[in-house]
Amino acid sequence: MTQSAISIQNVSKQFGDTIVLRDINLEVPRGQVSCLIGPSGSGKSTLLRCMAGLEHADAGTITIEGAPLGFVEGPDGRRRQSAAELRRARSRIGMVFQQFNLWPHMTALGNVSAALRRVRRMPRKEAEDKAMAQLEKVDLAARAHHYPSQLSGGQQQRVAIARALALDPTIMLFDEPTSALDPELTGEVLNVMRALADEGMTMVVVTHEIGFAASVGNKVCFLDHGRLLFHDTPDKVFAAPRNPRLEQFLDTYLDRGAFLVQ
Amino acid sequence: MSFDFAVILAKGPQILAGLGVTILIWVVGTALAVALGFVVATARRFGGPLVNAVLAVPVEVLRGTPFLVQIFLLYFGGPYIGLRLDPVTAGLLGLSVYGAAYYSEIFRAGYQSVPPGHVEAAECVGLSRGQTILFILLPEMALLVLPPSLNMSVILLKDTALLSLITVPEMTMTVSAIGSQQYAFVESIVVLALVYWGLVELANWLGRFTERKISKLSVT
Repeated sequence: MTQSAISIQNVSKQFGDTIVLRDINLEVPRGQVSCLIGPSGSGKSTLLRCMAGLEHADAGTITIEGAPLGFVEGPDGRRRQSAAELRRARSRIGMVFQQFNLWPHMTALGNVSAALRRVRRMPRKEAEDKAMAQLEKVDLAARAHHYPSQLSGGQQQRVAIARALALDPTIMLFDEPTSALDPELTGEVLNVMRALADEGMTMVVVTHEIGFAASVGNKVCFLDHGRLLFHDTPDKVFAAPRNPRLEQFLDTYLDRGAFLVQ
Repeated sequence: MSFDFAVILAKGPQILAGLGVTILIWVVGTALAVALGFVVATARRFGGPLVNAVLAVPVEVLRGTPFLVQIFLLYFGGPYIGLRLDPVTAGLLGLSVYGAAYYSEIFRAGYQSVPPGHVEAAECVGLSRGQTILFILLPEMALLVLPPSLNMSVILLKDTALLSLITVPEMTMTVSAIGSQQYAFVESIVVLALVYWGLVELANWLGRFTERKISKLSVT
């Protein structure tokens, strides 16, 4: 069996008294798109943030391409990774946020080239050439010298995707990438993500876009109250949901869809 | 009774000298206040809870007492502890320290207003903590604090008038003295009001110009 891109074992996490993740076990296969769905507060974003090293699990382990993330096992038990170790561990991961999180004082090109220059120590010209190639990939080369405030939400999110891709990640994590966008603008972002999936990028996507999960996802994971209740191929999840909570969750989407069609 | 501004304006060179001292103390005092305020806010932000608590005390005292009381204490009380300062130095020091307390609060709010997601995005692309502070946090904070900082500088400009009470030869002292000599008190006050207002408008215009220039960099 080939090693998973991300392996999550017995991960639990709580904020204060609230348990947000309960004993999660999940393998993210290489080259596939795994979609995390579930109601608000189900823990899907927290799980993704744990995979990005932005949150530390209270228990359990996460490995990225076989290397531990967040913690290392030492002779005295496990300890948190140092900032440098954490940076190394997540260097193969690209992260895209719901709120884009572009840096407002840099142009689109500046946002995409910043890490190439500062982290990879590329000369400015080389970094900008590479950044420009990434912007071309998301069809935004013409907007390279615009600041985030001069771009639409969809364009900002595409710049954010280009920024993450510039570092040649092998895994891309998306945290509700279209939730902050007008319905009209979600399409352009989803198209970029589709193209990435077609190239064989390993992706984990927290999404409410059931249509995207159904058509692009190789695996759909349903979380509820911090538990991973169900994960399977989209046809099995959506065509014949066997879990009553999942059925209930999907019904609300179908109802809304029915309302829209009327 | 009629106003006679001529007796005041006849002392143009003296007034200009006073204006020069006012502008010098304002510009240098504001620059020092910004620098000290930045250091205090940065130490409070990154120095841990103890540093934060210790620095909160002088900031609260300085914000909680009148500027006039502070400069009286500094100028007239200083010699009791061996701190003998000439009026201009005392005025400059007083204005800088007083302004620093307010600027430190402006910068503290600025640090808090940078969206945490922008810092997380920097972490995710591998920027170190130092790089994140230098290339992300500080520039964004600077954008956020620009309007309140300009506002504070205008307040400090007007507060320089109080330095006349510790005999700093700035504009208020100069023009009031001329008014007394010429028995033209009201005229001198009107001239003062107009000159301060002109300076404030000039500062505001510069501020608006700067804000317009960087409006496309808005932090959201």
